[in-house]
Parts: sequence; C-alpha cells; structure tokens
Amino acid sequence: MAGKPAIVLENITKIYHMGETRVIALKGINLTVQEGEMVAIMGPSGSGKSTLLNILGCLDRPTGGTYYLGGEDVSRLNKNQLALVRNKKIGFVFQSFNLLGRFPVLANVQLPLVYAGVGKKEMEERAKEALDWVGMSRYVHHYPGQLSGGQQQRVAIARALVNDPSIILADEPTGALDSRTSIEIISVIQRLNMEKGITVVMVTHEKDIALYCRRLVNMRDGCILSDAPVENPGNASDDLAAIPEEMGVPA
Amino acid sequence: MNFLHNLEVALNGLRANKMRSFLTMLGIIIGVAAVIIMISLGQGASKRITSQIASMGSNLLLVFPGAGQGPVRGASGNVNSLTLEDAEAIAGLSMVAHVAPELPASGTLSYGSQTWTARVVGTTPEMQVIKDWPVSAGSFFSGDDVRSAAMVAVLGKTVVDNLFLPGTNPVGSTIRINKLPFTVVGVLSAKGASMGGQDQDDVVYIPVSAAQKRLLGVNHVGLINVQAETPESMAFVQSSIESLLRERHRLTGSSSDDFSVRNLTSVLEAAENTTAIMTLLLASVAAVSLLVGGIGTMNIMLVSVTERTREIGLRMAVGATESNIRNQFLVEALVLCLIGGVMGIFVGIAGSRVISKAFGWPAYVTLSSILLSAGFSAAVGIFFGYYPARRAAGLDPIEALRFER
Repeated sequence: MAGKPAIVLENITKIYHMGETRVIALKGINLTVQEGEMVAIMGPSGSGKSTLLNILGCLDRPTGGTYYLGGEDVSRLNKNQLALVRNKKIGFVFQSFNLLGRFPVLANVQLPLVYAGVGKKEMEERAKEALDWVGMSRYVHHYPGQLSGGQQQRVAIARALVNDPSIILADEPTGALDSRTSIEIISVIQRLNMEKGITVVMVTHEKDIALYCRRLVNMRDGCILSDAPVENPGNASDDLAAIPEEMGVPA
Repeated sequence: MNFLHNLEVALNGLRANKMRSFLTMLGIIIGVAAVIIMISLGQGASKRITSQIASMGSNLLLVFPGAGQGPVRGASGNVNSLTLEDAEAIAGLSMVAHVAPELPASGTLSYGSQTWTARVVGTTPEMQVIKDWPVSAGSFFSGDDVRSAAMVAVLGKTVVDNLFLPGTNPVGSTIRINKLPFTVVGVLSAKGASMGGQDQDDVVYIPVSAAQKRLLGVNHVGLINVQAETPESMAFVQSSIESLLRERHRLTGSSSDDFSVRNLTSVLEAAENTTAIMTLLLASVAAVSLLVGGIGTMNIMLVSVTERTREIGLRMAVGATESNIRNQFLVEALVLCLIGGVMGIFVGIAGSRVISKAFGWPAYVTLSSILLSAGFSAAVGIFFGYYPARRAAGLDPIEALRFER
C-alpha cells in the first residue's frame, strides 16, 4: 500500500454553533488515506462520520486543522474554489441516488461536465463511456423513474466517475437497496477501486458491507475509535456469483 | 455552453409544470398587452390631434375682434373692430407668409328646387393656401374677384352633395345665396370632420368684398387668419400684429386691446400634451398590472427553488458555483417573462385592433411601445427573478442535499 497520500487530515475539528450551545462534531481527527485505498467509515449516528464525509467532500470547511487533498491544502479555500475542487477531484455517491427525475440518464451523467465547461460532443462521449463502464449503456435515454434502485445507483456511479475524480465518496451507497443489489453495487465500486485505481471512502452502518473494504475506520463521539486493515476483505463479484439469481433483477 | 444548459433546464422546468408556467405567464401577458393597448390608444389620439393641426393650417394665428381673452368665440362676436385694411396691413409685416380675412355669414343656398343651409364665408384666395385645400373641379376665385366683389362661389363637398344631383358638375352653374345669384367657379376636395366634430366640407367660400357689400352690408371682417413663415417666428409675428393693430386702432397707454390674437396651434398642442399625460397615466396603470405579474413570477420562482432544493444541492456537489446556480434561476425567470412578453405583444396588438374597431378609436401600435413592454418584461424577469435566484445560490449544499419534501 505504498504510494502518495490521497487524503491527509491533520487535527481536524468541527464545531457547530446552535444558538447558545456549541456542538463539537469532530474533536481533532488525524487520518491519512493513500491513493488507491478503499476505506469504510462506520459509527453510530452522531459519531461525526457524516460531518467527516462532508469535510472530505469539500462540501463543508473544518473549524480547525488542515486537510490536504492530493497534496493541496483545501481547508481554507472559498466557496467557489471548493466547487471547483468538487468538480475536478471528487465524485459523490448518495444513499438516495439524487438523480434529477426531469432529465434522462445521459443528461444526469453529463451534469458534472456541464460545470467543467466540457464541449457538447465530448460531454456525450464521456457520459456514454461512463454508462458503458457501469453496464447501463442500454438506458441512455431512459428517465430515472423508469429504472430500478440498483440501476439508478449505477447511473449515479457513472455520474461520479465521469469527470475522472481522484476520490469517490459514497454515503451509505447501499442503504436504499436490497441485499443482493447491495452486493452488486459494491462490486461496481470495488471494480472502480481496483480497475481505475480511484480512492474510495465509504460511510456505512452495515458491517457486512464495510467488510468489502480493505480498511475500516470506527468513529464515536467525534473521535476515531479504531483504524485497522480488514482481514480478507470480501470480493463482491465472487459473492454475487454464489447467490442465486433473483427474479426480475438484471445483472 | 452554460447559458445553453441553463436555457435547456429552464425550458424543461417550464414544460414540467405547464399549467403553473402558463398561469404565471398570464400575469405578464396581461401586463404587457395592457401597456401596449394603452400606449397605442394614446398614440392614436395624439395622431388624430396632429392631423387636425395639419388640416387647420400650420403656424396659424387667429386675430379676433374684441378683447375677449377667453376661448369662447361668441364673447367677442359683436365687436366690429377688424377691417380688410387691417388684414392688408398685417400682410405687410415681416415673417408673415399669408393672410386671409374671414367674414362668416350663414346663408340659405338654393339651386333649382333644392335648398340647403351652410356656413357662407367671405374670404380671399389666400385662404386656400393657408388651409392647403385643393379644388376637385374648377378653381378657387381670384384676387380680381375680391377687388370687384364678384358674385362667385367655391363650394365644399357636402354642399355640392346636397344641392346637386350625383354626377353633375356644378362649375358654371348659378346658385342662390339668400336669394342673390352666385356663379360656382370651383369645388373643394373633401376634408372631413374637424376636431370639434364639425363638417369642414359644409361650407361656401365667396369673396370677402361680396360678403361685406352684397350679402351683409357691413365693413368689418369676422376674423383674420395669419400664417407665420416658421413655427419659431409665431411669437414674434403675434407681438408685431398686436403692436400694429394697437397703432392702427389708435389705442394708447392703458386702453385695452379691441382685438385678440390667438395661437390655435398652441391650444391643440396643449390638447396633445393632455393626451400624452393621459397616455402616460393609463400606461402606468397598465404597468402596475405588469408589476403584479412580476410578483406572481417571483412567487412561483420561490416555490420552484424550494421544490428543487435537492437538485440545487446535487448541482453544487458536482461542482456548480453560486453564480452557476443563480444564473440558472435567473435565466428561468427571464425565459418565463420573455415568453409571456412575446405572447403579450401579440395579445396587445390584437387587442388594440379589436378596441379600435369596436369603439371607433384610432389606435396605433408603435414599435417603441412594443420594445418598451418587451424591455419592461425582461426587467421584471430579472428584478423579480433575482431574489429567488440569490436564495437558491445561497443554499448550503449539505442542507440542500438533506432536504426532505
């Protein structure tokens, strides 16, 4: 696991002010994620894992500490600079997919490229390529509402990888899916990590999902409780082959 | 690129809520149409006044006998202070182009067994030049006819229609005015109604000398038309007429004028100003409805921002900056208002035509009123779209992504 660090967090704190009360969400987090790692973050609600993911995703700025993303200090950037960093370096996968129902699959996948200022033709090519990679090229002109949950999440993954990010942040990516479809999606994310070498940080509260990652970070009360490699991480593709095909769920 | 994307998103959003979009646009449509209709009616009224000024004769000053300052003609009617010699003296002043005295007399006209009552006006050939009034047959009487007090007459179209059978040429025939025989030498072309609704064609012009000596037996004239050479010289001409007449009438010191000089063009110009003010008022009221339409737009845009909070959050997460989001909603408001504006222009043009036909009011749809209302609706779009757009842009991406409907 030698390589350059993709993410370096140094003593990251996050304090929310709610009227008179101060809520300390993160109490000095130190974490380094190397390029190409696949990390799961677990913890009960209120443990600060969502706050941490928001800071990792440059959606929020830490109150204190320094965050290096790909060697660049991003903890003091302004809103516009953060938007640029999100656009160029980060791909998001959400629990509820967050696809725009009014637009067809292709337009959904193109969205990050719109804000990257990519030309129309190249946009279409790259979006189709990404959809092909997640096995959704047949559904280019479908609308999200016409797809199953698993298919929608595949489209969302295509959207996350279309602008070649260096890290992908997944917030409970399997939270809205049944167990077989969950493993399907995990297998796509594992392929993303292994074939494309993209660093993956995934928040989940399902232990069996977390065990597909190679490193597991446990959080509680704004601190990292444990941080250890996973012994024999699961291979989702193999597990999928072992589960009998269910009715009506396309592979 | 981004603008095209915004346009696409805006049109997509409008299509997704057709009824809502249409109702929102309706406010703009009504506002724009109302502005256009009001301005075109105002323009119609002012054009009508302008054409009346032209038909009355340009740069025209009227010299009335009597000291009456008021506009009521009858108030000064029984003072016989103006004479033909006054008129000739005025003609000698500088910057005066033409002078035509007028002596009105009402008369009973007859030709064969037909009779008709019309205004009979004694004047000089210059009257035709001042009124810029061509003849349709024969010619106007000459200066020689005036000098010899010839018994000749020039008829207006209405008089001809009422005395003569259709198709006959009256020139050369003899009609009787108050039983005296006059030979018809010319027929004037049709001129239509004046501003007061009076039929200008219901008139007979005869030499002023004939009216004085043969018809009425008087020495004065009713009024004197004076045409100045240029609009700018009218004030100068007016004051030179005043000093000339005071001298001729031997008025000294504090004795008041026994005549009055009036600038009818300025009266009509005042009427034109009144019309312009009315137009402005009506257009302002119409603009208020456009404003209300704009508030409706703002309301719908706020709803739209709330509905699409998650979408905004997602767009921010994938790299949209605040200005990207703001422009997206601004374009949407602008598209809404511009589509409404274009539809309003068509409704306004159609509405002006309908009102013009139904009530017989002149209406002129001008390019400027179209541009004005189109610009106004765009301004409404930007103004009322800005606040919702800024609100969208100011959303926190984390909150927005977590937003539950």
